[in-house]
Amino acid sequence: MKFTVNGTEQNVDVEDDMPLLWVLREELGITGPKYGCGIAQCGACTVHLDGVAVRSCQVPASSLDGSAVTTIEGLGTPESLHAVQAAWVQHQVAQCGYCQSGQIMQAASLLETNPAPTDEDIDFVMAGNLCRCGTYPRIRAAIHSAAKALNKG
Amino acid sequence: MSRIGKIARRTFLFGSVAVAGGVAFGVYAVRKPHDNPLKAKLAAGAATFNPWVLIDSTKITLITPHADKGQGVVSSQAALIAEELDVEFGQFETSFGQPSPAYWNTAMAEEAVPFRATDNGFAAETMRDVMGGVMKLLGFQGTGGSTTIPDSFEKLRRAGAIARETLKLAASQETGVPVEQLTTANGTVLLPDGTALPYTALAATAATLDPVGDVTLRAPDTWRMIGKPMQRLDIVAKSTGTQTYGVDVDLPGMVHATVCTNPRRSALNSFDASAALKMRGITDVVEVTNGLAVLADNTWRAMQAMQAIEFDWAAAPYPPEQDGHWTALEASFTEEARDNTWVDNGDVETALTGDLIEAEYRSPYVAHAPLEPLNAIVLVEDAHVTVWTGHQFPRQLQVEVAKITGHDADQVVLHNQYIGGSFGHRLEFEHVKQAAEIANRRRGTPVKLTYSREEDFLQDFPRHISIGRGRGKIENGQITAIDLQMAAPSVIASQTGRIGLSVPGPDSQIAAGAWNNPYTLPAFRMRAYRAPELAPTSSWRSVGAPGAGFVFDTFLDEMIHAAGADPMAERIRLMDNQIARAVIETVAEMSDWGAPLAPNQGKGVAFVESFGVPVAEVVQVTATDQGIRIDNVWAALDAGTVVDPINYENLVQGGIVFGLGHALNCEITYADGRAEQENYHAHEAMRIHQCPVIEVKALENQSKIRGLGEPPVPPAAPALGNAIFAATGQRIREMPLNRHIDFV
Repeated sequence: MKFTVNGTEQNVDVEDDMPLLWVLREELGITGPKYGCGIAQCGACTVHLDGVAVRSCQVPASSLDGSAVTTIEGLGTPESLHAVQAAWVQHQVAQCGYCQSGQIMQAASLLETNPAPTDEDIDFVMAGNLCRCGTYPRIRAAIHSAAKALNKG
Repeated sequence: MSRIGKIARRTFLFGSVAVAGGVAFGVYAVRKPHDNPLKAKLAAGAATFNPWVLIDSTKITLITPHADKGQGVVSSQAALIAEELDVEFGQFETSFGQPSPAYWNTAMAEEAVPFRATDNGFAAETMRDVMGGVMKLLGFQGTGGSTTIPDSFEKLRRAGAIARETLKLAASQETGVPVEQLTTANGTVLLPDGTALPYTALAATAATLDPVGDVTLRAPDTWRMIGKPMQRLDIVAKSTGTQTYGVDVDLPGMVHATVCTNPRRSALNSFDASAALKMRGITDVVEVTNGLAVLADNTWRAMQAMQAIEFDWAAAPYPPEQDGHWTALEASFTEEARDNTWVDNGDVETALTGDLIEAEYRSPYVAHAPLEPLNAIVLVEDAHVTVWTGHQFPRQLQVEVAKITGHDADQVVLHNQYIGGSFGHRLEFEHVKQAAEIANRRRGTPVKLTYSREEDFLQDFPRHISIGRGRGKIENGQITAIDLQMAAPSVIASQTGRIGLSVPGPDSQIAAGAWNNPYTLPAFRMRAYRAPELAPTSSWRSVGAPGAGFVFDTFLDEMIHAAGADPMAERIRLMDNQIARAVIETVAEMSDWGAPLAPNQGKGVAFVESFGVPVAEVVQVTATDQGIRIDNVWAALDAGTVVDPINYENLVQGGIVFGLGHALNCEITYADGRAEQENYHAHEAMRIHQCPVIEVKALENQSKIRGLGEPPVPPAAPALGNAIFAATGQRIREMPLNRHIDFV
């Protein structure tokens, strides 16, 4: 299958049903997306597939041909943070941090379609992303901050 | 192990009561410091001043030996050293270091003695000294029991101060300027003329000096860092997907493995792996204790192949159905099973006559289920074993691995990793032992074991179940007596039993959070009963207090309502401990207790002290057509000095979400001998749409500093239940609460 990840072309030879998550993590060595549940219940594996947030544990490799995947590593870097990542740093959202790649990718996707979400909008879109440490109050605050920063820019 | 070590090990009791048969070591052995492990591999020209500070010509490294599972303690440990060393965040690296007795936990004795953590009397302090001596002799290195900050607070500042003063001495030797005229800032020693000598440039000279022993710690009003907001060292990495966890470690030539062991926690009778062995990428199927491992070139392939294996498992060693577990607890309220009478004040028997209020409560098994599934990499070679995993008991890990591979424990090298959540899960050793079993057969090849989420649930050692029974008497509108009984299996016995330790004496966790309350009642008795060991259990964030605290505080609330008193005012009236009272008065004010509410709204208050931290929480709920909505939580607590107000707030908020979420909808139940919940859809806890606004206030009246990982958890469930009662009149006496009421 040929597709791009964070703008780089990739060509992998794997089973049709290998999930994108495992293609990324173990075939391509891209470990920002995390394995948490394998059944789309936790959202730790969230990436953007052709611009839309998806659970990469549910995307079979067979569907990847010609698509563009963006992972947390492609959203921004420590040297050049995306506005959502900058807000996550500003609010010091993370505790263990294991879910936060998925939370950030979901939040970035939310702000693409809804530049000024209410708390209700945030709750609706982010409800699929589990945080076992309980950083939800800070996730809400960081999304509002990121929305403001993006709207100014 | 030395003879003294062996004696100490026999008398050592983790997590419960203390010393059996007296103290078997002399004052000298206890006072003698452990060797500095950093000296073992010290390069020429590098200086180490103590086990926490290492400086060479290129960099400063601070050793932060406590495991970081999200509580931010790499940053807080580093900040405590940096406060006195005069280095800033960004000027040093951190390392978890190697397991060493030098990193023995000086604070774990606090929870291991049968006294209230806030009891500073002679007997309590003496017992803590004795237990502290035992812990030191054992070199007991561990992260747990909310002890990282209490263990580190003075010790690490002292480590920083010793390094600073020794570097000044080195600068004095190099320049001829007297030490008294030298100051330090930003990782440099400053000469009177303003010249700044980097610590790294002084390392070679410092390496030739004995560390300065006599240092004075700085006064709190001069602190640069402590008490002020810090940016956690891991926050950028954790916001950019660049933080490496154990599950992300990748080694050349590594094989991937997953395991499936008996979900009934017993033996593997037989299996058929023929189909699995034919699948792509599968290199082998090997037996591990009570199950199988599949080895492959990719973790997903290993997990897929595991599902193609047919197993025949032996039966569970505990009741196969959940009802049998409850029956065992119900049968434990007997004199023979009485584990301890923790409190017996006043004449309860005489007071409890006539009309009584009686109630029974249940708290279920609950899974740890941190989001990073259990994993470990082990490489076995003849000379040593190398382990990459995140673990809270590094030295015991060495022992457990060495038992399997035949090495000495100190031949086991551990690269401790950042942990994607634990809540107690990473106190256990099974996954590491399994990886060692596999790697021992593949000597020379690193083996990476990753659990599937289902295996992580099925092989968890959940929080123990408990039943609480309350009887109480009210006269003239006041509570005159409460008699409380708790029955539970001993989580401490289950947990320590797996590493070959036994625990004589009572298990403080059966009644933790109930007996150690600050109320003055005319008569109060608290008896604990030990049920037989059922499903294997382990410490779950705050251990006994979420179960027993739920019982005590809910029953107290029932009594106060029956007396016709106000839940907040009556708690305050009954509380004579000033530190605790300040906490609950603060939460009353924060929550505007008594302000008018809509008819379908209610506020509930709860107070539980655990790990030495009094915590009061008020929950406000609204009963909507779709179910109960949790609107707000206000929390006040006193853990002494605040190290980092941002991390403090985050941890308290997280603890409340954890306490509420599991009370809402989480339980592990057994059917046909196996846990019925295998993934998050069946054990969900709180999601963002259910998360209330949470306001936190820290008081600093306590003289001792305390840890925050656990104490915010226990009051959340009773405060929520009390709020639901206030809003609806429905009293729920069993967790999870969604067995009885719907939530939005």
